[in-house]
Amino acid sequence: MSKKNGTVELDKVVIRFAGDSGDGMQLTGSQFTFTSALLGNDLATFPDFPAEIRAPQGTVEGVSGFQVQIGKIDIFTPGDQADVLVAMNPAALKSNIKWIKKGGNIIVDSDYFESRNIQKAGFESNPLEDGSMDDFNVIEAPITSLTKTALEGTELDNKSIVRCKNMFALGIMYWLFDRSMDQTISFLDAKFKKKPVLAEANKKALHAGYNYAITIEALPSAYNVPAAVIEKGTYRHISGNQATAWGLMAAAEKINKKLFYGSYPITPASDILHELSKYRNLGVIPLQAEDEIAAVCSAIGASYAGQLAATASSGPGIALKGEAIGLAIMAELPLVVIDVQRGGPSTGLPTKTEQADFNIAMFGRNSEAPCIVIAASTPANCFDFAFESARLSIEHMTPVMFLTDGYLANGSEPWKFPKMADLPEIKVPEAKMNPESFEPYLRDNEKLSRYWATPGTKGLEHRIGGLEKQDLTGNVSYDPANHENMVKLRAEKVDRVANYIPELEVIGEKSGDILLVGWGGTYGALLTATRELQAKGKKVALAHFNYLNPLPKNTEQVLGNYDKVLVCELNMGQFANYLRSTFPSLEFHQYNKVQGLPFTVTELKETIINYLK
Amino acid sequence: MAENIVKDQSSGTALTKKDFSSDQMVRWCPGCGDYAILSAIQNAMPKLNRKKEDFVFVSGIGCAARFPYYMNTYGFHTIHGRAPAVSTGVKLANPDLSVWQVTGDGDALAIGGNHFIHVLRRNIDINILLFNNEIYGLTKGQFSPTSRTGLVTKSTPTGVIDRPFSAGELAVGANGTFFARTIDTNPKLMTDIFVESAQHVGTSLIEILQNCVIFNDKTHAAITSKETKDDFQLHLEHGKPMIFGKEKNKGIVLKGFKLEVVTLGENGVSEDDILVHDASDEDPTLHMMLIKMKPPHMPMALGIIRAVKAPTYDQQVQNQFEQVKASAKIKSMDELLSSGNIWTVE
Repeated sequence: MSKKNGTVELDKVVIRFAGDSGDGMQLTGSQFTFTSALLGNDLATFPDFPAEIRAPQGTVEGVSGFQVQIGKIDIFTPGDQADVLVAMNPAALKSNIKWIKKGGNIIVDSDYFESRNIQKAGFESNPLEDGSMDDFNVIEAPITSLTKTALEGTELDNKSIVRCKNMFALGIMYWLFDRSMDQTISFLDAKFKKKPVLAEANKKALHAGYNYAITIEALPSAYNVPAAVIEKGTYRHISGNQATAWGLMAAAEKINKKLFYGSYPITPASDILHELSKYRNLGVIPLQAEDEIAAVCSAIGASYAGQLAATASSGPGIALKGEAIGLAIMAELPLVVIDVQRGGPSTGLPTKTEQADFNIAMFGRNSEAPCIVIAASTPANCFDFAFESARLSIEHMTPVMFLTDGYLANGSEPWKFPKMADLPEIKVPEAKMNPESFEPYLRDNEKLSRYWATPGTKGLEHRIGGLEKQDLTGNVSYDPANHENMVKLRAEKVDRVANYIPELEVIGEKSGDILLVGWGGTYGALLTATRELQAKGKKVALAHFNYLNPLPKNTEQVLGNYDKVLVCELNMGQFANYLRSTFPSLEFHQYNKVQGLPFTVTELKETIINYLK
Repeated sequence: MAENIVKDQSSGTALTKKDFSSDQMVRWCPGCGDYAILSAIQNAMPKLNRKKEDFVFVSGIGCAARFPYYMNTYGFHTIHGRAPAVSTGVKLANPDLSVWQVTGDGDALAIGGNHFIHVLRRNIDINILLFNNEIYGLTKGQFSPTSRTGLVTKSTPTGVIDRPFSAGELAVGANGTFFARTIDTNPKLMTDIFVESAQHVGTSLIEILQNCVIFNDKTHAAITSKETKDDFQLHLEHGKPMIFGKEKNKGIVLKGFKLEVVTLGENGVSEDDILVHDASDEDPTLHMMLIKMKPPHMPMALGIIRAVKAPTYDQQVQNQFEQVKASAKIKSMDELLSSGNIWTVE
């Protein structure tokens, strides 16, 4: 294929696909992403879809988007603002225009810019004609009618033909970014194996879009984003929810147990249930329970019976599970509780991201009920920290709250996946004692964890439950001194986990003007902002937390070495307040955002620079 | 049902009632019906011919829920209303266990109502002992979902206005496969029913009419008092005519869409006219009518009212596991990790 003169080489570029939720934008975006990954780009993606499955066509509420950043440099976020937008209708343009860089390219399906759809989208006049797009380079492409023309004479009905328009748009993008169509062609062949007519139609539309892009003169120079220098190895693409599911499965296989997963559908955690339900062959026992409480309680039952047990939800469901998590703390049983955080309170913003469940993870139970709390920080490391949650929960015989969020769960990135042999061992504290000397609440001297005696084991019959236990025997006890002792033992057990987790590491100098502090899913944005400022000579460092309770042992020492500590969170300052109460001698500044959206690198850099003044 | 015996297994050693008593002091009120139930269970356990370590007793909250502490088996005293969910997890995690859930009318039918109907619907192979005393005991005397309208309790000084429902009707409505009813004054009937319930493959619900001496004493008096019990207890047996009464001369017949009590020998009624109990009938219509009978116009039906065969959830989980395992190409995590679209960076 001929290439235009003046190909522009870019370090990184952000592309956004947007259309009606039935237009196939997620698929289009994923195809572009995978092709770019095969080409060697580093990248990160984020889908942005409505809570409604099919909101009325042509309305802003029904717009589904997919953003991907590709680069020849390390990419840690899907990007703040897009260089290129593909908008399949006026509503997609309306709801996405704020995410496009001034001077960016916008490719619209001009067939949809007629009065009815313009009105439906909430524009007062045609944005392509009224001058409101003057800041952008708009390419008006009659995508739908050209797709129809290209597919004339096929056996397909009009509706099926129009549905191929996303492939036409993808064809344009492949030419614009100098990408081969091969990967998508083989994808289409596989996807429509049983319907070759559809495979042919989609391939035709893809080629037609590509050829259209060659021909028209309105397009700017083609871009080229060369392959990144990526660590050698074998990669796959993975989303946060998939990585969470696989991390749990890996932990179960490591200890030769089944993985029981009790769950009730909730956005954005349901994909973990879908993923795990595929792998009964790998020992997963999935249960779609009647409610959130049954989901966690069935997991507690499975844990008592000796399997690795997990449950997942989002904020509203975690609130419902609170009492049962307290039971697991009291019974001192392993349990992984995953909270895929979303905007709240109440039903809040189901499809949007937030980090405001830190407090409920830490404190959301009656009485003195500490949990281990861990957070993942990239889509792919959801695997590592799901595995780590299982490891700590089992080795220390207590529940772990594992926090991810909507941004990590649905975001994806290339992942240099491990081999099972490379993953750490998990030591199962099986009760292997003589029945004569067996006591259900006898503890390991170092960890203070009790041992796991499971039904079916001869001679170790015992009773546990939610009533306060007498130390060692586990019998019901109302003794005041025993209660205080047990409260302290359960807390100390969690505190001692600090001896079994890595120390906090800083990205940047060990001291300096300002230390950024973050936790969980904001890592990509904070890291990018830090690196970009460091490159400009600013004395900025980043300490990003994955272990939230207990904190790494060197936390106070690390934080104390900077003039200012700025805690950045997608909530009103929950982690900052926790650090304040834990380290009263240190001063913490905070930067917060609660818009259901991730941080942008731009806003972070502006904020940090203000602090440096 | 004898043909359903599949989960018995010999331990090789004979266990006795004593083997099932824990070292904990039993702390129910003196005269509580729970003592008799505990004793009947401890009598039933050795007859099941299973290893002691395979029994698990799971409970929620309430007087009945203290039960696991008194059994020398594995036991888990959980939280209010949630025992069906915990039991489900135990059974799915290890289908070889014999799981017994102990609950009361508040725990099962009020706070745990949702779990109660869903465990029955799934037909997971566990046994549920529901102690029904029509009152809250542990929280000291409030009405329950089975309390009769008009009952004066601490929270209803002017009488209960809630309309009660019955565990059996709810169980049938939830597509339950097994429902039995027994009473705390009849140890032999309890033990026999417990043994038979254990042999039912699926969720066995046993309602035990139990007396709370403190807050709702004699609530079941009509069917337990010496004077009236023979006329108000109908002991159902599969395949046998529904005959009862002190003189064994009363029977149940179906007239139109209603059950009626008739006297044998009167108006030409003979034993051939009396309904014969079929617990295995999938159609629950007659079972529902039997469950609904109560004094003073009808006797209370005791015994195994419904026991029908249906696939169990746990067995189907196992079947799906075997099927998927046989056909799946991916056999390990390493194979999964390196499956599908992967690429190598040189």
